[in-house]
Amino acid sequence: MSALVLDAVTKEHPAATPVRALCDVTLRVAAGEFVAVTGASGSGKSTLLAVAGTLERPTSGSVQVAGTAVESMSDADLSAVRSNHLGFVFQQFHLLPTRSVLQNVSDGLLYRGLPASERLARAADAVAAVGLAHRRTHRPAELSGGECQRVAIARAIVGRPALLLADEPTGNLDSATGDEIFAVLARLHEGGTTILVVTHNEDLARRVPRAVALRDGRIERDERR
Amino acid sequence: MSARARLRVADVGPLALLGVRGRPARAALSATGVAIGVATLVAVLGISASSRAQLIAQIDSLGTNLLTVSPSAAFSGQATNLPPTAPAMVARIGPVESDAATSELPDSVYRSRDIPAVNSEAITVEAADTGLLRTVQGRLWAGSFLNAATAHLPAVVLGHDAAAALGVDRAGGRVTVWLGARSFDVVGILEPVTLAPELDRAALVGFPAAHQVLHRLARPSEIYVRADPSSVAAVESVLSATADPASPQNVSVADPADALTARADASAAFASLYLSLGAVALLVGGIGIANVMVIAVLERRGEIGLRRAMGARRIHVGLQFVSEATAISLLGGIAGAVLGALAVAVYAGLRHWSTAIPPVALAGAVGVALAVGAVGGLYPAWRASRLSPAEALRSA
Repeated sequence: MSALVLDAVTKEHPAATPVRALCDVTLRVAAGEFVAVTGASGSGKSTLLAVAGTLERPTSGSVQVAGTAVESMSDADLSAVRSNHLGFVFQQFHLLPTRSVLQNVSDGLLYRGLPASERLARAADAVAAVGLAHRRTHRPAELSGGECQRVAIARAIVGRPALLLADEPTGNLDSATGDEIFAVLARLHEGGTTILVVTHNEDLARRVPRAVALRDGRIERDERR
Repeated sequence: MSARARLRVADVGPLALLGVRGRPARAALSATGVAIGVATLVAVLGISASSRAQLIAQIDSLGTNLLTVSPSAAFSGQATNLPPTAPAMVARIGPVESDAATSELPDSVYRSRDIPAVNSEAITVEAADTGLLRTVQGRLWAGSFLNAATAHLPAVVLGHDAAAALGVDRAGGRVTVWLGARSFDVVGILEPVTLAPELDRAALVGFPAAHQVLHRLARPSEIYVRADPSSVAAVESVLSATADPASPQNVSVADPADALTARADASAAFASLYLSLGAVALLVGGIGIANVMVIAVLERRGEIGLRRAMGARRIHVGLQFVSEATAISLLGGIAGAVLGALAVAVYAGLRHWSTAIPPVALAGAVGVALAVGAVGGLYPAWRASRLSPAEALRSA
């Protein structure tokens, strides 16, 4: 089964002269794949991630997440899709400063209606999976940038999503730390997680088994290594 | 189809406190308006309840079985007097334990003969029975009350305020005042009389002295009646007909305890001015919270976008901000209730009252704080819930 299917997706941002961010994009990501989407600034890669993540609706075309067509769903149903099937990592870590690593990660399950004890138990596993078990009681301010991003990754995978979407996860990090984050993603991929990562860093993208290059809202290349 | 995104009720409280814990100083400042409003409400209601409770306790300790008989104003508006036989008739009612008459005299009293006649200080001169003090349960501040001997002599007992107005602070010895064109010895000064405050501004002489020294007719103008506590209503019902059998409609019977309680209730109504000041503070406090929450929504767009990405529905985001505003207001309300209660305790303590804060005032004040927060949070919450997730994340 495909984790994500974009079929002839076009996305225009409303403006006096509408900006066409995606133009007739068709992309299929199978379960267990690790895909990097690259492209210059303004090529539409972040829009692609937002449409794939149901954060934005396509202007035309269809989107399926975990086998379900989402383009005509209600806002509440889209929330359910995100809660149950998707995990997000952003360039900013968006960690809550007053909460510990473990609590921040457990928040990834907040909207599933699970009891706090179960959320914390699952969060402990996710924190261990990104190698931060020794930091679980620390506050975000006590962590390095790389550690913060690993916490954000743990929060995204704590609900075992069908698809992990990462938007420039190394954008705020130095190159060594960026390598480290890609290593974490690679390990998760080996463990079976399906990952779509948007990056402008070609070096990092080269280490990913499949790289999709966008240019002016269209897929320019789609290479598997 | 996916399971619906759900937020447990137990998670709403911790979510509400996130913003408060993140910026405690800001939360405290924005709760100040509500705290002031609630403190005002609790203090006003508590002080008026304490004052009323104090007065009622005082009245109870003095007995609620005192009745007064006085002539009612005639249609002509001219004051009438009671029949001269009225005190004796009233005394014959079975359950009457004691009674005492007074009669207002047309004389004035001065500190000395040199004082101009117009400076009467609004002190009334009254003839009084020797049993008056016992019947109204008054107490002497100095000296002694009129007795069988001094009632015949040019001797006067001054009410508390009358003594102060005349500048008399001693009784007995050779303290005299100028009354009815001659010198009267001050034999006693009264403490304030709770149940008969009209005596506080009176100068009392004996009925025999009124006749013999001042040459006044001295018809009774007021009779104080102390009845058996179990028969107060029965006595009250027959008093006017007994005092003046010929024209009972000219007699009015009053229960001073009732009148005082009614006056205390009326003064509580004055508190409504302060209550409306408290309401204004609450309104301003609610607007302050709404203002701070609107800013918080702008600052926390990233968090809002992330929550939407994690599966929060619009209503979950809205609920988080409404409950946060409510939590801030509730904290302000609790702080205000404590402050208000302290103010009542201090005020009552200074006046040697017991502190009475109606529980309904406390509960109401906290309830009002909750409502103010919830209403103040509605608009910011609505704005937060309308943010599109992608836009919220982009603009963060």
